[in-house]
Amino acid sequence: MANKIDVKDAHVYYGAEHTLKGVSLGIKKNTVTALIGPSGCGKSTFLRLFNRMNDLIENCRIEGEMLIDDVDIYSNKINVSELRKAVGMVFQKPNPFPKTIFENVAYGLKVNGVSDKFLIQQKVEESLKQAALWEEVKDKLKKSALALSGGQQQRLCIARALAVSPSVLLMDEPASALDPLSTIKIEELIYNLKASYTILLVTHNMQQATRTSDKTAFFYMGELVEYDDTRTLFTNPKKERTQNYITGRFG
Amino acid sequence: MKEKKKFKKRLNLGGISRSKYYDYQDKLFNYFALGCTLFGVFILIYLMYNILSAGLGRIDWDFITNGPAPRAAATGIYTALLGTLWVMVITAFVAFPVGICAAIYLEEYAKKSRFSNILEINIANLAGVPSIIYGLLGLQVFSRIFGFGNSVLTGGLTLALLILPVIVVSTREALKTVPYTIREASYALGASKWQTIWQQVLPASVAGIFTGVILSLSRAIGETAPLIVIGAVTFVSNVPGGPYHGIAPETGQQLWHGLFDEFTVLPIQIFNWSSRPQEGFKVVNSAAAIIVLLSITFMMNGIAVYLRHRWQKKIKW
Repeated sequence: MANKIDVKDAHVYYGAEHTLKGVSLGIKKNTVTALIGPSGCGKSTFLRLFNRMNDLIENCRIEGEMLIDDVDIYSNKINVSELRKAVGMVFQKPNPFPKTIFENVAYGLKVNGVSDKFLIQQKVEESLKQAALWEEVKDKLKKSALALSGGQQQRLCIARALAVSPSVLLMDEPASALDPLSTIKIEELIYNLKASYTILLVTHNMQQATRTSDKTAFFYMGELVEYDDTRTLFTNPKKERTQNYITGRFG
Repeated sequence: MKEKKKFKKRLNLGGISRSKYYDYQDKLFNYFALGCTLFGVFILIYLMYNILSAGLGRIDWDFITNGPAPRAAATGIYTALLGTLWVMVITAFVAFPVGICAAIYLEEYAKKSRFSNILEINIANLAGVPSIIYGLLGLQVFSRIFGFGNSVLTGGLTLALLILPVIVVSTREALKTVPYTIREASYALGASKWQTIWQQVLPASVAGIFTGVILSLSRAIGETAPLIVIGAVTFVSNVPGGPYHGIAPETGQQLWHGLFDEFTVLPIQIFNWSSRPQEGFKVVNSAAAIIVLLSITFMMNGIAVYLRHRWQKKIKW
């Protein structure tokens, strides 16, 4: 089966700083891939290649070939807005808009030109259900999203990303700012979403990587050190550096 | 309490207690700072008392609706009040959109470069230029080169220039309070920069923007110097009806000649009255006009404070 995502020799420079040094990697459809490694190893930079969020940073230069469904996402023909619709993102800290819960989820549809009210309502409900938040908020859709708890806010952000029907979901440490119970909910959610989405998950939490992911990629100093099935990587790593990191000897 | 004593005892290394010395120092500064605060408040109260006792009895409906008259008791501030109103409308009309758009450009669009750096520093400096300089600029550019004369339009445009840098700076501050993560979230959903600014950044910062804008406008209301320079007259006999005079019955043309009317404003009226020899003008009338002017600025500042308060309650990042 062809890969959903293919990366060939990706380099990212921030000014003179060489943050990502030639990473190549293939990701299958409907899998969860965990990206692990110490802070500043380039895993977030790698994640942000796929919805071209690095483009927003001044002095950022990107080389290499990034393919989603065999389409070069950095070609001139690509409309970045369309790409970001297809590749959703969830950030480290819950960042709901200071608007109502409903408006938060509907925003992505509205900016992409959907004006059919019935369709929007349907999509909002569907997304909130997918994000396992519907039962908690169905009576207060008109309330401010900022009144929700941190864990609820993060699930709202996931619902918001799902509303525009992406096929890939990028998650940048989605549970690192949450309490253990909310973390479990997010992890369950990731597990369930796998059926419909291809998920890339940056995490600092080894247990989280083992619990949720099929494949794990270990990054160090801007390089991809090891990439394998999660079980293999955590039980029988081939590189010493991976072994040291996952056993907590550094990083 | 007991523990505190113990703690002090331990620190008491015989002779003078160090911590006691620091306590005195702390108390002394506390009283000194309190004195400084009271000083300002006391002066303000004294001033208010003086003005209110001299002018409050003079304020009635006639004082608001009467035009200039030779007798102090028959004179009113109508022309000056309307002058102030129209100048403010023109100022707001010009300064708000230009200032807010400039701030959006600098904060959201401009890439970091030498050019944008120079722009930024210059705008910050412009906010500190004495207002009389703006008066001279208005006199030359609007009054003479554009040929608007000593009209309401010249006055409004000059004050617009005066508060423009203040609006730019305060709007930028308001935009900066919107966290980058909100912009990121918007972009990540496929929104364009324009959509992100209009649907996320501006709504989230609108109260802050308006706070700055209102405060700058209430500063402009009190300005006297630049308007004297551009030749605001102190005696306007015909009441300015506003810039727009409807449609001419014969030709069907829209009549905007009101923009070129002579005008006076409250501060100038006060300045004029207070320099007259008669008690009725010098003390009573000017005090009464000051009360009106102060009420307007206090009211605007009150709105600004209210907006900021509501905004802080509503949005907590």
